[in-house]
Parts: sequence; C-alpha cells; structure tokens
Amino acid sequence: MSVSVRVPTILRTYTKDAAEVTAEGDTLKAVLADLEANYPGIQARILDDSGKVRRFVNVYVGDEDVRFADGLDTVIADGSQVSIIPAVAGG
Amino acid sequence: MVMTATESSTSAARSFGPAVALSCRECGQRYALGPRFACEQCFGPLEVAYEFGDVSRESIARGPNNIWRYADLLPVPDNVADLPNMNPGLTPLVRADRLAAEVGMRSLHVKDDSGNPTHSFKDRVVAMAVEAGRTFGFTTLSCSSTGNLAGAVGAAAARAGFRSCVFIPAGLEEGKIVMAAVYGGQLVAIDGTYDDVNRFCSELIGDPAGEDWGFVNVNLRPYYAEGSKTLAYEIAEQLGWRLPEQIIVPIASGSQLTKIDKGFRDLVKLGLVEDRPYRIFGAQATGCSPVARAWENGHDVVQPMKPDTIAKSLAIGNPADGPYVLDVCQRTGGSVVHVSDAEIVDSIKLLARTEGVFAETAGGVTTGVLRKLIAEDGLDPQAETVVLNTGDGLKTLNAVDSGVTATIKPSLDAFKDAGLL
Repeated sequence: MSVSVRVPTILRTYTKDAAEVTAEGDTLKAVLADLEANYPGIQARILDDSGKVRRFVNVYVGDEDVRFADGLDTVIADGSQVSIIPAVAGG
Repeated sequence: MVMTATESSTSAARSFGPAVALSCRECGQRYALGPRFACEQCFGPLEVAYEFGDVSRESIARGPNNIWRYADLLPVPDNVADLPNMNPGLTPLVRADRLAAEVGMRSLHVKDDSGNPTHSFKDRVVAMAVEAGRTFGFTTLSCSSTGNLAGAVGAAAARAGFRSCVFIPAGLEEGKIVMAAVYGGQLVAIDGTYDDVNRFCSELIGDPAGEDWGFVNVNLRPYYAEGSKTLAYEIAEQLGWRLPEQIIVPIASGSQLTKIDKGFRDLVKLGLVEDRPYRIFGAQATGCSPVARAWENGHDVVQPMKPDTIAKSLAIGNPADGPYVLDVCQRTGGSVVHVSDAEIVDSIKLLARTEGVFAETAGGVTTGVLRKLIAEDGLDPQAETVVLNTGDGLKTLNAVDSGVTATIKPSLDAFKDAGLL
C-alpha cells in the first residue's frame, strides 16, 4: 500500500523540506513506522512516549480525523492521503 | 528557530512592547518572537511571554478609552494607539440587577462585548493580530471563522490596508455573511464544518500559496489570543479594580477562557488588584460540548465531536485549548456546563427582557449556563458574578422567533379591540 503523506512545516526538517512524501503501510501505525524508517526521528514528533498521537497533533486519512476512526489502527487504502497537522489553530 | 539566551532582548522587542519571547505551554521551549504557533518539539501551543515594566492604575487610566489603555500588558508596538486599527474595547459592564433578581443572584454584571466595532469580542483579538501581521510584513490577513471573526478581520484589514481572504463553513447565519463580505475582501465558504475549515487553513499555511499570509488564528495565534486578556483587565477595572468572584465564559476553542484567567493573574502579579480567589465557569451548547463532556467524565483530554447547534459561533468540535480550559476550571473551582438549543433561545430572550441586551447565541449559552448552575447549586448565588455576552443578537436573528405582538389598523378602536391594554 503506497500512500501520500502531507508534512507540516515544522516537520519538514526531517523530510529535507519536502511538503509531501510517500510511505507504505496498511494502517496508520504502519505508515508512521515506514516514515520513521525513511526519516529517522519524525515519529517521536508525532507520537508521545506512550506511543499515542500527541494531543496537539491532528492526523487525517483523506478527510477523516483518525480520532473519529480507529486511531493508529485506522486502515489506510492504497492511494490514500495522510495529513499531519498541528492542532493548535482556530478559535 | 529555538531561542538562544542572547535573543531574549531582540530588536523586535520594541514592536511587541513588553513581550520578550514565545513559550511552549506544554514543554516550556522558548522561541524568538515570530510568526509561529506550534512548538517544533511537541506541537504544543506557543504563547507570549512578557517582562512587564512599571504599570499602575494611574498609568492605565491615562490611556485611551479602548484596549490600548492596557498596551503596556500586550504584545503590541509602543505607538499602537497612533496606528490604523479598529481600537476596540471598553465595552459596557452592565449591572444586571433585574436579571439577578429573576434568577436569584445577589450581584450580577453582564460584560456586553457586542459594543465592539464589528459587534463581537473578536475585534479585541484581531487588533493584536493586525499589529503582529504588520510587523512581520504580511500583505494578506486571513482566518478560519465561525462568522464573527470573518467580519472582524475584514474590517480590520480594510482599515489597516491589508488584503483579506477569510474562510467560513458554508451555512452560516446571513447576518454574519453580509457583515464579513461588506468590507471588500474575499470571503470563501467551505463545504464542511468549522473544523474542516480550520484544517484547510492549517494546510494552506504550509503551502507557497499562503506564504505571505497572516492567519490571525493560526500563524499569528499567539499574539491574537492575547487580545482576550483585555476582557479580564476591563472587567476588573470596571468593577473598581477588583476581580469578580465568579465569571461565566463561552467556550469555542477555549482560548478566550484561558486568556481571561491569564489576564486576572497578570493583574494580581502586578499588584493592580487584591489577590482573591475567583472561579471560572465554561459554557457550551449541548450540540457542541466536547469540553463539557470531558469535564463530566473527569477526562483531561478532549474527544472531538461533530457540532450540531444553533450556537454556530461556538461550534468548534475539536477545540485547540480544550485541555487548558479543563485545567483552569479545575484550578479555580469552576466547572464546564452545557445547555440545549431551547435553553439558549429562552436565555437570549430572558437577557433581552430583563436587561435590554440582545445577545447572539453565545450570550444565550452563557446566560443559560448561569441559570443551570444556579438550579444545580453549581455556583454561589451570593458571590459577585460576571456573565459574558460576546456578540450581537442582530447577527443571529434566525435563532429567535420574536415578532410583532399584533398588526392592527391605525385606529384607537382597533388597538383597544386587539386586547393589548
């Protein structure tokens, strides 16, 4: 499963400034692990010490916030787009 | 860019008054003042850190009759009062004796922020963002908005000479759409909820298309949010330099509530008011109550929900400052409460009928929560209490069904026959 991942500005130091990268995996967890393999250090910015999505990070698969789906176990279809977005906005 | 020790007094400091840095609320990492909003280490929200100079009640009283009287406590240029800005603030603190008598309170005030230039509290926060945007050299002002903010940004951009392009969810109240569009900027409705709009803006900011854009509630958010402190300053000053014992604040993102708390603490720290306990209560609509539900369930994180309420200005299902609201309400001995749409409408009418204040739906939420807290023994009816009304009922006319009492012919007989005497 190949997916496209949109990377927020503050994580682009890990992706050599790329705003979008590709990754493999059939769940969000697998996609993040694949990202970590290619861009070491990036996963610890997205997940906290207990392995959960940090509370100020929103992750979307397509248009769906994974907190409304199955979190890290959310199934990722081939060709999906995963977006990682700082949660601290709005109001 | 992580801050080094030598950067603590950069040349930018003069443009930001007493502000010296941005600091992560989660991990404490400090950054130089700049157009940034999330911590590079943990994604936590950044907020403005200050080194206040001498500020007295007298120096404040010598200032203008708007929020710039508190400029020494805000991240704005020293000459802010001379710059083209909407100059909001110093809205009435209405002594609400008739409402108090009706609901059974001893001392009640309504802070009526519909008196701002675009008729909501948003003028306060946008005023900060305009100054930061000017300093950072942005050419376009933008935002994600539930309606009130769109109007505030449109107006402030027009006055200050920025382009504006603001984003709202489709289906907002007509009054808010017209009010946002009339200032001549671009107004874009997005087919989705506010949270979808917010996500869109957060993505646009990382794209070259949004490079020169100051999003007041995204990349300018640390500065913008500080504007809500002025509500706390004004309330204390208008009470005769005293903190209220209880205050009821609406929750959308939760930022306003946390900044009112920060404002009260500033005043205590500076010795401008006596350090006495205050309780902060958060108010939500049942149809969008993620923070109230977290409170009820004893959680310290907020599970997002999909909003469905007439209180559209509060319809943020994934509130960025939700966890901090829980912290503040816990620490101050308050709570977070929600009321139904029917209670909101009823409370809008109650406030109008007793105090002559026509609130938008958010004011119905806070007034409704006041009644609910009284009914459930959730607050002290003897304590000095302030309820916020953050916007104008004219923007949410469809929420209420008030209309003419009767239509009659222009004759005394017709009037008498209608049974209105």
